[in-house]
Amino acid sequence: MQQKKLKRLDLIFKDENDVADILQKTYSRPIEKVINDLIASGLTGRGGAGFPTGLKWKLTAEAESDEKFVICNADEGEPGTFKDREILTRVPYKVLTGMAVCGKFIGAKQGFIYLRGEYKFLIPQLTVEIEKFHKILDEMGCSFRVEIFKGSGAYICGEESALFESMEGKRGEPRNKPPFPTTYGYKGKPTVINNVETLAHTYSIFKYGPDKFRDLGVQNSPGSKVFSVSGDTPIPGIYELEFGMSLHKFVDDFGDGDSKAVQVGGAAGFCVPRKKFDKITIGYKGKLSGNSLPTGGSMMIFNSSRSMYNVLHNYLDFFVEESCGQCTPCRVGTQQLLLGIEAVKKGEKPSSYLDKLLKLAETMRLTAKCGLGQSVANSFESIVENFREEMIY
Amino acid sequence: MEDVKQKVKELSLKYGRAEENLLPILQGIVETEGYISEEAMVEVARELDISAAHVYGTTTFYSFLDTRPKGKYVIRVCKTISCMMKGKNEIIRELENVLRIKLGETTHDGLFTLRETNCLGQCHKGPAILLNDVPYTDLTPTKIRKIVNDIRKKENVSN
Amino acid sequence: MSEMINLTIDNVPVSVEKGTTILEAAKKVNVKIPTLCYHQDLCVAGNCRVCVVEQTGSDRLLPSCAMPVSEGMDIQTNSLQVRTARKHVIELLVSEHRADCTRCYKNGKCELQELASEYIIDEEGFIDLLPYKNYTIDHYSPSIIKDDSKCIRCQRCVRTCAELQKIGALTVAYKGKDMKISTFFEKPMFEVVCTNCGQCVNRCPTGALTEKTYIDRVWDVLNDPEIHVVVQTAPAVRVALGEDFGMEPGEIVTGKLAAALRRLGFDSVLDTDFSADLTIIEEGHELLSRLKGALKDKNPNVKLPLTTSCSPGWVKFIEHAFPEYLGNVSTAKSPQQMFGALAKTFYAKKIDVDPSKMVCVSIMPCTAKKYEADRPEMRSSGYKDVDFVLTTRELALMIRQAGIDFSSLPDDDYDSIMGESSGAGVIFGATGGVMEAALRTAYEIVTGREVPFRNLDITPVRGMEGVREAVIKIEGTLPEWNFLEGVELKCCVAHGLSNAKKVMDAVKAGKVNYHFIEIMACPGGCLGGGGQPIPTNEEIRKKRAAAIYREDKNKPIRKSHENPEIIQLYKEFLHEPLSEISHKLLHTHYRRRNRY
Repeated sequence: MQQKKLKRLDLIFKDENDVADILQKTYSRPIEKVINDLIASGLTGRGGAGFPTGLKWKLTAEAESDEKFVICNADEGEPGTFKDREILTRVPYKVLTGMAVCGKFIGAKQGFIYLRGEYKFLIPQLTVEIEKFHKILDEMGCSFRVEIFKGSGAYICGEESALFESMEGKRGEPRNKPPFPTTYGYKGKPTVINNVETLAHTYSIFKYGPDKFRDLGVQNSPGSKVFSVSGDTPIPGIYELEFGMSLHKFVDDFGDGDSKAVQVGGAAGFCVPRKKFDKITIGYKGKLSGNSLPTGGSMMIFNSSRSMYNVLHNYLDFFVEESCGQCTPCRVGTQQLLLGIEAVKKGEKPSSYLDKLLKLAETMRLTAKCGLGQSVANSFESIVENFREEMIY
Repeated sequence: MEDVKQKVKELSLKYGRAEENLLPILQGIVETEGYISEEAMVEVARELDISAAHVYGTTTFYSFLDTRPKGKYVIRVCKTISCMMKGKNEIIRELENVLRIKLGETTHDGLFTLRETNCLGQCHKGPAILLNDVPYTDLTPTKIRKIVNDIRKKENVSN
Repeated sequence: MSEMINLTIDNVPVSVEKGTTILEAAKKVNVKIPTLCYHQDLCVAGNCRVCVVEQTGSDRLLPSCAMPVSEGMDIQTNSLQVRTARKHVIELLVSEHRADCTRCYKNGKCELQELASEYIIDEEGFIDLLPYKNYTIDHYSPSIIKDDSKCIRCQRCVRTCAELQKIGALTVAYKGKDMKISTFFEKPMFEVVCTNCGQCVNRCPTGALTEKTYIDRVWDVLNDPEIHVVVQTAPAVRVALGEDFGMEPGEIVTGKLAAALRRLGFDSVLDTDFSADLTIIEEGHELLSRLKGALKDKNPNVKLPLTTSCSPGWVKFIEHAFPEYLGNVSTAKSPQQMFGALAKTFYAKKIDVDPSKMVCVSIMPCTAKKYEADRPEMRSSGYKDVDFVLTTRELALMIRQAGIDFSSLPDDDYDSIMGESSGAGVIFGATGGVMEAALRTAYEIVTGREVPFRNLDITPVRGMEGVREAVIKIEGTLPEWNFLEGVELKCCVAHGLSNAKKVMDAVKAGKVNYHFIEIMACPGGCLGGGGQPIPTNEEIRKKRAAAIYREDKNKPIRKSHENPEIIQLYKEFLHEPLSEISHKLLHTHYRRRNRY
């Protein structure tokens, strides 16, 4: 297999052997400067939602409380995403460093890594890394501690407030917002919750400064991004790439020459058909509108042998099971979408029923309690609208 | 049943008798007992002084917290999109043939339980399974047959 | 004064306190946003999404019940987007609900049905999900039927059980499409820690949780000329029944109630208030004898504090949750059961009816009373003491079935004997009432004087505070009670089982030192019972309570021991309080049950 020319970066996975130095350096600076750097870097959450990381830390630091927490969200459950596992395997100390600095800044003594149950096999190695890291902290007289909290098989726990509920011994059901985690998080205390990759990026920013980070990517989406590439590609795997990449270029590099569509952002993301490849770039700019798509980094390629009906069916099947079930639009809406496309396919419902389902999907986007229910519309609408015939015949 | 009681006591001592430790305690029970029985849940409720129904509601929310006995080896086949594209159905068919059970069932000797599961985060190496906690990836029917047979051999030898 | 927030709702400016929700703010400008999972008594869930509204500039709709107002908000509650979304949500709920409305007990009283009708949910809805589901209908309990096929997962019941009552008999189980409201391991309600209080039934918006109805059984006996049907009516029924006929909460309908029962064909129309007075005599003497045992005889086996026993929800709760305190529960039966035991003995003889041909029906604000009547201990007359228990709601239904125009009925009186009551019997229906009634009698027994409160109103034990304490100093005792001279009688009143739990935890921890505790399982006492008209909420409970105290005030007799029929009963039949025959008929025992 011939490796095509890819502009691959080596920032996040670059093995740096200077945790103590970075911590020393960061801790000795006035903490406002550290946070200003983080804000200046333009780093945004890498879990998919894209909230500015520096601001999140700042808001939590400003919240008044006797106790605060830092949580690393390693409940990586989005279909097509596996980057966090790779980061935790290869450069866990970067994540831990980010957590410790955050803890120092916001005034938290305890950090948690919420690790999905499916990644339980990572625990022995990760525990060793955490112990090593604690030793470094001890030497610096820092009492911050990190613990692993294991999930038990629930996609929805990746939603931050559901994750808190889960850590509190409850069903992982998202909370009403406001209040937000910055004031009311784990155990009702101000909490910074960041994705694994986001925390790993902070390491590079502390080390190289915000400018170098900003230099990468496009104006509104600075920095690099770790992509999980899968599906019909000869080179599936983890790739660190710049933001601002056009989908056309991406398919050129990763496709098998017969790419029909790319699902950007997992089951909760958008499906882009071939005819729109050159109109789409990857980044946070403009959010859903315009020509740019946000992503937690899942890129799944489908070639022309694939039935998009099967793809959508698989996604909906996933949501029907993984919805927490508490809010109506998500619990019942997902079931209706799934049964609905089945009924159209079998001819039990007319093809116009798809239009009713599209409207339902829009209602789900507007009314669901959390990101899961809201984002079901993304894949549903983009697949049904772009591949309508495949849904019917 | 006494064993379960003892186990739950140990776990609540280890993690603490607060509601927030419910998940680690339940996970601990699954680790040694394989599943969380009615008796175990009542004991957990007693230890943490929460309602047994709450324990049940929480347990059933999480796919990995079983409420029914299962085999010594649980095979969870990823059924999500990329593993589906890469042939998870052939893996399941092969497993059903080799184990002579259907999805969701446990073999008569109590050795294997066959399940499907949602995305395992091994999408670049599908089809993938979790064999208890350990992922096996890039599977083919031949590979999965060998995995099963190796376990059978090991278990026969150790028996 | 707290900070005010200005916003507009449907273009009408409104200014409300910070922290107010959009839903509450909308009420101020006469906009009623529809809700389903929301209930005034419960914490906000925000999960049905029926109450969504549009905020200009937001790309999502907001749940008005859960969203606090913020400065400058521009809210539209009736935009096209809102109406479309709301209709979708209702259609979705209908699709997972067994919408077999004409065959449903809640037909005409279902909140989902009402919304579906408002939004014209027709045949063009979504696919019916019921064929894809495994649902169960649990009708093993004598009190409550749980029909999962009608559940819309609003979780009002779960919140009621967990927050209001701290029982946690109900929970949400599983997730996604399988998510459902369940008991522990999906056991019948009958087999779990459920107290049958019916607060969940009172809050269920659909027919998923209903009382088990005995209406047809009662019609059968009413139509049987061989059978003499006796009916008794609980104190709280008369201040709530009118609501089911469109009257204002708090209207007293005692006279109409008696008239309606007579028209329905009950042969003897009698009053539980009578046996409430009797309960006071028995329980009051039990309290005094325990005080004597503890304070004078220094008997270490005497259990104090004494707790009341009239609320069957509370009794089952303590059997489950604090079985080590069963010795503290008054052995006196509840007024309902005292009535039943006397009806088939004393009363049957009095009117010369063969007790085997007598059926005793009671009208209760309560679903747990159905369970209580079914307890094996409750057969001391030699028959089932109380045969059928109907809730206030069921009685309203019977009155409708009979075509009785309730609101315009002329007042009628109860029969005698066992129809007369004092004001003390009436206030049993409100939290604090049993305490007040007991004190009115006990104080007078001990001192020969009335309780030292103006108009006999022992106000410290009244009100809606969850847990209330009062200390009554006993002074000027009669010679035989001189061991109580100067004793400060420490009393506690709690209503709602979460408050009951608080009190019992404190007792258990040795933090409190009460002599007498009144506990009612339902918020507000019986007037807020699970069998009362729907809706029941704080505001309505207060109005019913005010009515109860009004009724007390208007009674010529205010103290149980002055009820002439009670005096007659002791003279002719029971001889004296705590006598052998009263022990046989009027006292009971309890059983330990599992806490989890």
